[in-house]
Amino acid sequence: MDRGDVLFLYRQMLLIRRFEEKSAEMYALTKIAGFLHLYIGEEAIAVGAIAALRSDDYAISAYRDHGHCLARGSDPGHVMAELFGKATGLCQGKGGSMHLVDAPRRFMGGYAIVGGHIPLATGLAFATKYQQLDLVTVCFFGEGAIPSGQAHEALNLAALWKLPVIFVCENNRYGMGTSAERAIALYADVAETARSYGIKAERVDGMDVLAVRDAMRKVVEQVRAGQGPVFIEAMTYRFMGHSMSDPAHGHYRTKEEVDEHRKRDPLLLLKQTILNNNLGAEADFIQLEREVGEAVTAAVRFADDSPFPAPSALYTDVMREE
Amino acid sequence: MVLSYREALNQAMREEMRRDSRIFLIGEEVGYYQGAFKVSKGFVEEFGPQRVVDTPITEAGFTGLAIGAAMAGLHPIVELMTMNFGIVALDQIVNNAAKIHYMSGGQLSVPLVIRGPGSAAHQLGAQHSQSLEAWFCHVPGLKVIAPATPHDAKGLLKSAIRDNNPVIFIEAQLLYGTKGDVKDGEYTIPIGVAEVKRTGRDVTIVAYSKMLLLALETADQLSREGIEVEVIDPRTLKPLDLSTIVASVKKTGRLVIVEEGWRFCGLGAQIAESVYAAAFDYLDAPIQRVTGEDVPMPYSRPLEDAAIPDKARVIEAVKSVCGIQ
Ligand SMILES: Cc1ncc(C[n+]2csc(CCOP(=O)(O)OP(=O)(O)O)c2C)c(N)n1
Repeated sequence: MDRGDVLFLYRQMLLIRRFEEKSAEMYALTKIAGFLHLYIGEEAIAVGAIAALRSDDYAISAYRDHGHCLARGSDPGHVMAELFGKATGLCQGKGGSMHLVDAPRRFMGGYAIVGGHIPLATGLAFATKYQQLDLVTVCFFGEGAIPSGQAHEALNLAALWKLPVIFVCENNRYGMGTSAERAIALYADVAETARSYGIKAERVDGMDVLAVRDAMRKVVEQVRAGQGPVFIEAMTYRFMGHSMSDPAHGHYRTKEEVDEHRKRDPLLLLKQTILNNNLGAEADFIQLEREVGEAVTAAVRFADDSPFPAPSALYTDVMREE
Repeated sequence: MVLSYREALNQAMREEMRRDSRIFLIGEEVGYYQGAFKVSKGFVEEFGPQRVVDTPITEAGFTGLAIGAAMAGLHPIVELMTMNFGIVALDQIVNNAAKIHYMSGGQLSVPLVIRGPGSAAHQLGAQHSQSLEAWFCHVPGLKVIAPATPHDAKGLLKSAIRDNNPVIFIEAQLLYGTKGDVKDGEYTIPIGVAEVKRTGRDVTIVAYSKMLLLALETADQLSREGIEVEVIDPRTLKPLDLSTIVASVKKTGRLVIVEEGWRFCGLGAQIAESVYAAAFDYLDAPIQRVTGEDVPMPYSRPLEDAAIPDKARVIEAVKSVCGIQ
């Protein structure tokens, strides 16, 4: 464990957390509209997984994508501006919360149809293999996508053709209000679904960023070396409602259950580890809070100060010209 | 050079794949079986299984995979065994291929061709006989091409492959064996340009794909009765070359649109609306549409015949816009 590394991981998780808390506020102020799915509680997965990647590897996500995008290094100002629907947003206001794309950072997007982006991930991996590049593609999705046909088709193709893709299933136990038990035949071991296609699969503690990173580091090298796809089931929990229109718990789970999981907040766990190993002190965390707070404030200011897209933007980028 | 429609498509893909190694063909039975309709005959020998990729029966999966590959810089050609199975991949086509360029603010693009046979053949039943072009035309972000002749098929497929957008390329199963003159050597046909396939002064018929052949045949017969029909093939349905159609209507003053697809919300309704908007004052009669019937395609031969436009119906429509009978 390296002090620089762990403080960086903490900073990334903190950035996502504070960014999203601020997004929730901005949603309440109606500066952000539409669906807003927060990733609070799940930060360790995006941060841990992406920390194991090279900057030229591909990452792709579903609609709960702010965390992945920020972990990939996207500028918080441009992300916030996208949530505000501004012309300076990552996608010039055409994507919104569920469709963040940052192509220069190889963040290939967030997609809103459950299961629909998993074939895209296998295609990115197909392309890198075809081009004989040693790149891996990481695909993030919720456990709710697992029973979908598209997920199964993609798992089969990835296994059949030994594609360099890592499927990261973020098992937060609920798809909207439906618990995994009520939706997935193999809910007790979702990774078994992947194994049934001959894909190497393992389960990690998705609240422990170091566990996620270390597991990923190990498999990224195997996948990069051409050993075929890997499936990682990261066990996690979302602390908020499914989206902003949803209370933190609902009819489908109890407040006690949520509170129980909050005890294993990934930020708290890493902070404890850092303190226990004398890799940082309270002063470091105060400093990080200040830095991240300033970055998020600046992001909001940037988004606020940015113009909305011109009406003429309505018709741009429907088709690629030339 | 006289080629079949099938051979023209084969040549187009072959020439393009030789030119650009980013292009690959993917679909069920495209490789060792050489294509369900033998369009990719000889491909696996020439290009190898890396570039002529046989898939399991997973239209959503392999269409999505192709879209992802296109996002990462390749240029896939997806062969759907028939366009009917494109419905299984519709989520990928509509929600991903058509939208990724726009949603990403122009950062990502999807240079992709999805091709395969559409419309009815001989008694294939309701699930194998659909003309779905209007569905695809309805979705912003897609281009839709439906060539009728081997010459157009070759030139347009090459343009589709070189296009940086998702293109739906609909072949008609009954056209594969039809023959026609194909220009020698390298050529492309621009997307979005209609062609006047026959000139005439009395009535304009707009017809595409298989229906073009019906329109031309009908026009020959009507000519013997003294009615001179101008026949226009839009060739590409989206973008649609309205100006060629409008120019013709301004000359003839009468328009009949022939399409095999269902009448309700069909492509002809769109063309008619556009012509009314652009050339109402030139029309001597209300526009007539000859379309497929609004029913699932029946199996029985006489019922199937009754569901698809035929010469008699086209003649009736032409005579009606001419005020005859
Ligand atoms: C095909 C499809 N059906 C339904 C929905 C509506 N929907 C959006 S999110 C969601 C739950 C998905 O849960 P999961 O995949 O576990 O992801 P999580 O929200 O837990 O991150 C549902 C049903 C959708 N977006 N796409």
